[in-house]
Amino acid sequence: MSSNKLDAKIPEGPIEKKWDNHIFKSKLVNPANKRNYRVIIVGTGLAGASAASTLAELGYNVLAFCIQDSPRRAHSIAAQGGINAAKNYPNDGDSVWRLFYDTVKGGDYRAREANVYRLAQVSNNIIDQCVGQGVPFARDYGGYLDNRSFGGAQVSRTFYARGQTGQQLLLGAYSSMMKEVKSGKIKILARREMVELVKVNNRARGIIARNLTTGELEKYSADAVILATGGYGNAYYLSTNAMASNGSAIYRAYKQGAFFANPCFTQIHPTCIPISGTHQSKLTLMSESLRNDGRIWVSKKKGDTRAPSDIPEEDRDYYLERIYPSFGNLVPRDVASRNAKKVCDDGRGAGASGLSVYLDFKDAIKRDGENVIKEKYGNLFDMYERITDENPYRGPMRIYPAVHYTMGGLWVDYNLMSTIEGLFVLGEANFSDHGANRLGASALMQGLADGYFIIPYTLGNYFASNKFEKINTDNNAFTEAFDKAQKFFNKLMTIKGARSAEDIHKQLGRVMWEYVGMGRNEAGLKKAIAEIPKIREEFWNNLKIPGETNNVNVELEKAGRVADFLEMAELMAMDALERKESCGGHFREEAQTEENEAKRDDANFSHVAAWEYQGDNKTPIRHKEELTFEDVKIAQRSYK
Amino acid sequence: MGGNSGKKISLNLKIYRQERKGIKGKMVDYLLTEVSTDMSFLEMLDMLNEKLIKDGEDPVAFDHDCREGICGMCSLMINGEAHGPEKETTTCQLHVRKFRDGQTIVIEPFRAKAFPVLKDLMVDRSALDEIIIAGGFVSLNAGNAPDANATPVPRNNAELAMDAAACVGCGACVASCANASAMLFTSAKISQLALLPQGKVEARKRVLDMVKKMDELGFGNCTNEAECEASCPKGIKITNIARMNREFLTATIAANN
Repeated sequence: MSSNKLDAKIPEGPIEKKWDNHIFKSKLVNPANKRNYRVIIVGTGLAGASAASTLAELGYNVLAFCIQDSPRRAHSIAAQGGINAAKNYPNDGDSVWRLFYDTVKGGDYRAREANVYRLAQVSNNIIDQCVGQGVPFARDYGGYLDNRSFGGAQVSRTFYARGQTGQQLLLGAYSSMMKEVKSGKIKILARREMVELVKVNNRARGIIARNLTTGELEKYSADAVILATGGYGNAYYLSTNAMASNGSAIYRAYKQGAFFANPCFTQIHPTCIPISGTHQSKLTLMSESLRNDGRIWVSKKKGDTRAPSDIPEEDRDYYLERIYPSFGNLVPRDVASRNAKKVCDDGRGAGASGLSVYLDFKDAIKRDGENVIKEKYGNLFDMYERITDENPYRGPMRIYPAVHYTMGGLWVDYNLMSTIEGLFVLGEANFSDHGANRLGASALMQGLADGYFIIPYTLGNYFASNKFEKINTDNNAFTEAFDKAQKFFNKLMTIKGARSAEDIHKQLGRVMWEYVGMGRNEAGLKKAIAEIPKIREEFWNNLKIPGETNNVNVELEKAGRVADFLEMAELMAMDALERKESCGGHFREEAQTEENEAKRDDANFSHVAAWEYQGDNKTPIRHKEELTFEDVKIAQRSYK
Repeated sequence: MGGNSGKKISLNLKIYRQERKGIKGKMVDYLLTEVSTDMSFLEMLDMLNEKLIKDGEDPVAFDHDCREGICGMCSLMINGEAHGPEKETTTCQLHVRKFRDGQTIVIEPFRAKAFPVLKDLMVDRSALDEIIIAGGFVSLNAGNAPDANATPVPRNNAELAMDAAACVGCGACVASCANASAMLFTSAKISQLALLPQGKVEARKRVLDMVKKMDELGFGNCTNEAECEASCPKGIKITNIARMNREFLTATIAANN
């Protein structure tokens, strides 16, 4: 049974009418009154920037915060592949219904049907909006938009701008934001990091932010707070996230009462450039479109030290083609990642570290010619060569999976509101639409859907349905939150131990990757739950931060984020331990079929796990939101 | 095999240090040994910082984020070149293997009147946002847009617009220009929108507003040295500046009529 603390507020009616009905039933804020409301938006990636510009266009006053020096730099910018929409321009049988169906299935039946349907519904408006902004999508010779098939989809529904789709969509949203800065409706607060959420009478009414240039703590009040701060993949230290990407804003909101849903749902992307040494600071993803032409293999022999060119065909194991003859190299991300780990654990991995597999274009080059391959993947091949100093036209690439995206996040209802009234969560920071596994080209779609087309309606309904007392930052709640934040930073500065935040973060990352990574089991998860508090203790006793608080202090910034990762990591491990089934990116080794495939347990785990904080060093409570599937037929995924 | 060469070298670093905004800085020498040639340039600076922290010294502040060459946050003048010696490559994608054992590397911030230093190698580039605020957008509100395929765009125009839109806003063009001109940056946005039908409606006002703002912010003029193009990590061409000048001229004449 669902917890009575979790009301998803899914509208009545048939699935295709729910959103329209909901909009019609939503209360409206009088156009002349919108200027009386102020909204804080933390994060300026696709979700935050699109929400900021749209809410400002409607007439609300927006304060937009980002940790970078400009809102244009958020990590949405790094998405390469594209954005899905159900336009059906190629006339190949796509529809809102099909996009909805594929997304629920791809998420391994762990997402809320009504949310996913709405996502598919508004997907087409996103493309219209972006083209209107001047986003230079790829076009055919007739001047119409080009589409490609992506991530194993059977239809071509992915719109793209070279290998830089995320960048172009973000610059589009950023330009709309700048338009509203000019009109005076948005104020940009760059180089600022949210450190506390402020609640007044149990409603989110403001934040405390640290000015990263001066070190000062600043108070900001508003009528609602929106978090659009992205995912928490950097809990693993090494991931494809940007260096400053962090989970602090959502984690601190969690500590204030926002439930954290499915924290263990992490996506590990199969085609990343492998680790080259202990100095490694981050991992670089290469678009999975490479798997359309590249063949993945390792040696059949354990500990084979021969150069790939010296390994003859008969000694090569094209393991994905062998195990999954119908999908081959195009199996979904989680399946490809897990199998790479398996062959490496088996001692057959490539490279000096043994932690990589070959991705070989030899046959594609022979079939299509080097020029065709260059046209398709030239920029990726160049990037690979720049980082590894190896020429992928001459020999195979080496790849290895890396943490890439977190499907988990703060629990939100259909209105994208968390369990804290007035605290809304958008984009990767919420848990809502991708279930246990996100499909390629769907992250950009969700971020922009939330910001451009969902929050403008649901936030208006929240404002119009409630009365708001006037408050300002003199309110006691702000003073308390301010003092709490100040104490936190002072405490970090006074440890005066011997190790850097980065060093301790790396230690945490190794435990997370080993025990809460691609394959998880009870013993390993228990080990992680025992180890993490020890690292946390080491952090609070042996951390060293040079410099001062009232200046630029990058080490202090990092330390604050690592402090949160050290707690969040434990929550991720606990969630993984409780979910005794395999689904999507969450693979419990105890739950597999005879053929070593993921085995879902719908009877016991067809629910969202939402965790409620209970205080420091106390076990949080795990609530359930039961998932019901009325429109999608549940099936076991099979790619054989 | 390059990716795991295991080769280690020593580097003599000369790094600009400035404690905080508005005060004088100085160059400081550091010797860094046992640097793996597989490291990225910024990982080499991470290594230096780890050492400085251990020694109780203040680490070197520098901007960076995605470390994939796309966010535009990293900067640095490396031996006098914006983003260092490798063509069309941001600092975060530069690797130590491009340097010799024992080489001296001078590392300075991007310098321009409009880019004040915040600390060490970190500068304030918000002036570039100001230029965009002046007009680098299409005045379209969410909900207004017609069907995306309602207006076909000639493929060549779309491709040229994409070439210009690839600008990451890092400011290398400004830092490498003797006049600290932001013309390459500004012209890239103006070109992208001028090449597309969606941007045409406001094209004249846009170019006038953006150029005016650029001048106000203290960016210099273009004297056709093309240093900006040579240093641009995204290969933005100076033909964009020519296009901006044409747009500006047309708009000025129209405004005078």
